[in-house]
Amino acid sequence: MTAARAPGPSTPGRTEQDDRSGPNRTRGVSSSEAAVLGRIEAFRRRRPRLKDDVVTLAHGAGGKASAALLDAVFLEGLGRPEGPLRDAAVLDLAPGERLAFTTDSFVVSPRRFPGGSVGHLAVHGTVNDLAVMGAVPRWLSLAVVIEEGLSVAELKEIVADVAEAADGAGVAVVTGDTKVVGAGAADGIYLTTAGVGTVAPGVDLAAESVRPGDVVLLSGTMGDHGIAVMLARGDLDLEVELCSDTAPVTPLVRALLEAAPGTRWCRDPTRGGVATVCNELARDRQLAVVLDEAALPVRPAVAGACELLGLDPLYVANEGKVLAVVPPEEADAALAAVRAEPGGAEAALIGEIRAEPEGVVVLRTAFGSTRIVDMLVGDPLPRIC
Amino acid sequence: MRFVDEYRDPAAARALVRRIATLSNGKRFAFMEVCGGHTHTIYRHGIEHLLPDGVELVHGPGCPVCVIPMGRIDDAIAVAEQPGVLFTTFGDMMRVPGSSGSLLDAKARGADVRFVYSPLDALRLAVDNPGREVVFFAVGFETTAPSTAVTLRRAKAEGVSNFSVFCNHVTIVPPIKAILDSPDLRLDGFLGPGHVSTVIGQRPYRFVAEQYGKPLVTAGFEPLDILQAVEMLLVQCAAGRADVENQYTRCVVEEGNPRALAIMAEVFALRPHFEWRGLGFISQSALRLADAYADFDAERRFAVPGVRVADPKACQCGEVLKGVIKPWQCKVFGTACTPETPIGTCMVSSEGACAAYYNFGRLHREAALSVGARA
Repeated sequence: MTAARAPGPSTPGRTEQDDRSGPNRTRGVSSSEAAVLGRIEAFRRRRPRLKDDVVTLAHGAGGKASAALLDAVFLEGLGRPEGPLRDAAVLDLAPGERLAFTTDSFVVSPRRFPGGSVGHLAVHGTVNDLAVMGAVPRWLSLAVVIEEGLSVAELKEIVADVAEAADGAGVAVVTGDTKVVGAGAADGIYLTTAGVGTVAPGVDLAAESVRPGDVVLLSGTMGDHGIAVMLARGDLDLEVELCSDTAPVTPLVRALLEAAPGTRWCRDPTRGGVATVCNELARDRQLAVVLDEAALPVRPAVAGACELLGLDPLYVANEGKVLAVVPPEEADAALAAVRAEPGGAEAALIGEIRAEPEGVVVLRTAFGSTRIVDMLVGDPLPRIC
Repeated sequence: MRFVDEYRDPAAARALVRRIATLSNGKRFAFMEVCGGHTHTIYRHGIEHLLPDGVELVHGPGCPVCVIPMGRIDDAIAVAEQPGVLFTTFGDMMRVPGSSGSLLDAKARGADVRFVYSPLDALRLAVDNPGREVVFFAVGFETTAPSTAVTLRRAKAEGVSNFSVFCNHVTIVPPIKAILDSPDLRLDGFLGPGHVSTVIGQRPYRFVAEQYGKPLVTAGFEPLDILQAVEMLLVQCAAGRADVENQYTRCVVEEGNPRALAIMAEVFALRPHFEWRGLGFISQSALRLADAYADFDAERRFAVPGVRVADPKACQCGEVLKGVIKPWQCKVFGTACTPETPIGTCMVSSEGACAAYYNFGRLHREAALSVGARA
């Protein structure tokens, strides 16, 4: 894995390298001129320096400014490869290993919120998509679209968050790209990561294996990320102590699979929340997912904010949770194992799979009745009164 | 959650349901909940499946989104698309279809439409964007009208000249009267609107009992509130009484909120008539800005088409709003008209009877009971 860390973002270094041998021009030139040319040559060999405070279109033009940005921000933040940059990362695999491959783009506003930033999300979002497939996340790419005018200081912070999150998740950022667009053509910065993970032999998590009688496990509280971000936007005068749950779920899935090898299927309930993931399962398998409202873990702050805003925590985004379907005989072991992991203390068995009613998610309310939990339509728009 | 969980206690609910079953004694009763907030609670908490078969809740016209006619949406879009306008609205209104799309569609075409939680947020946008004309799309019953009034009073005091209100506030009593006068009335009583009553109090409903002989119980919005109000209605029916009673005593007082009423009287004036979606024109049923606030009236500041648009032929929102049919009895329910592509307003807001039924209630009684019984 460390070997794979070597190759990094590509290009401008190469032209410099070509120049590095230096033109053999000293013959016939006066010694003082030779000294000046020598100084220039030495100066050109130095690493490019980034002196700007904000990102400009020049940083995206592929010239010296691009090289400076690449060096001072991305290589500095993510780690510098040994030797020259190459055009692509070469990944070493063990024989027989299968790969999981996914990609995701991140456009969150605000870019920094309690508990994390878009940099953390860009890593965790992609890592978690791999993890819930039963894969071990290994390598990431990082492509960044920057709006002209973004401060270099903020860009460095975001890249530092990417590095921190990647370290925490045990993945290496092995390739990347940067583009700059004009002011107004993007909203600050967009990050896209692609991730590659390896899947151990015998691991095959698939919705097809879910059957009636199975139990639904959720690894922790619902809606922390969505509500934290919504409140961080600042247009609601609510003061709530709440952090996003952004985190890698790899350890949770690993613990789950060890304790419950019969685990059928996992998902990370991000945008659209637990309700959406359950609806997709119910629709794809034409089974009923029956959830118990009383068993759903929700922080009081999230429940309160949702109650005020007319939202349902079932539909609010999470960034560090796993929803798993496990066979009934392994459910207790699965729950105990997940609860023993950091970030899994509030895990709960939240429902079960039934044959009927086909294709729907039904909630047994804490109140003692039942209702449908449908797919979300559009954005969750707050109710009027 | 404090002050919420107490009103969702399953044991108390079971006791109330038993009382309701005893009181209804197998006979048929139809009660209308006037308020969309009640409709939402009823479906969200599955109350229909808890009630005895014969006790039916009919969903009334009290969802402010549902009663806005298409022509007014067209007017709103026309204002929103004028150069320099920053159009603000409650989130629910963004998806309501006009004759050529919704405010969300107008936003996609380039209009600056933003949703706000309060008219004061819209006023703040006006102060922060002095170069823009900020318009607030005011909708709602007496519940939201006072906050619009407070905002207008502040705008006037602070001399915010780039702020105006497109006023669509409506009043609750005229549509209740229209329903009581409707020839196909088949109701045994009303669950009175809780939020509206915090403002207008209980007195305006007396005619329901005195002139029409129907009981009315003002109810809160938690599931136990609804069940208790149903029980209170059944007690009246059993005794052959028709009174105006108050279940929501923790919020509603007899005389309402005099300060809110005073500021509404200062800022608003009654319109001679106003069109209601599906119900047609109802006289003295809506508010416009009073002459003293004419400068803040978006209808005077901007050219609005003001064209009346007939409801789509297939749409039966009117019959749903009057409680003549159930949402699922509408010809286009769940097929041509869904929350994704609503034809009628009732399918838009989660307080709309159709959307609430579609989102939460689409479950046969038998299926609900079988799932409710734990494996």
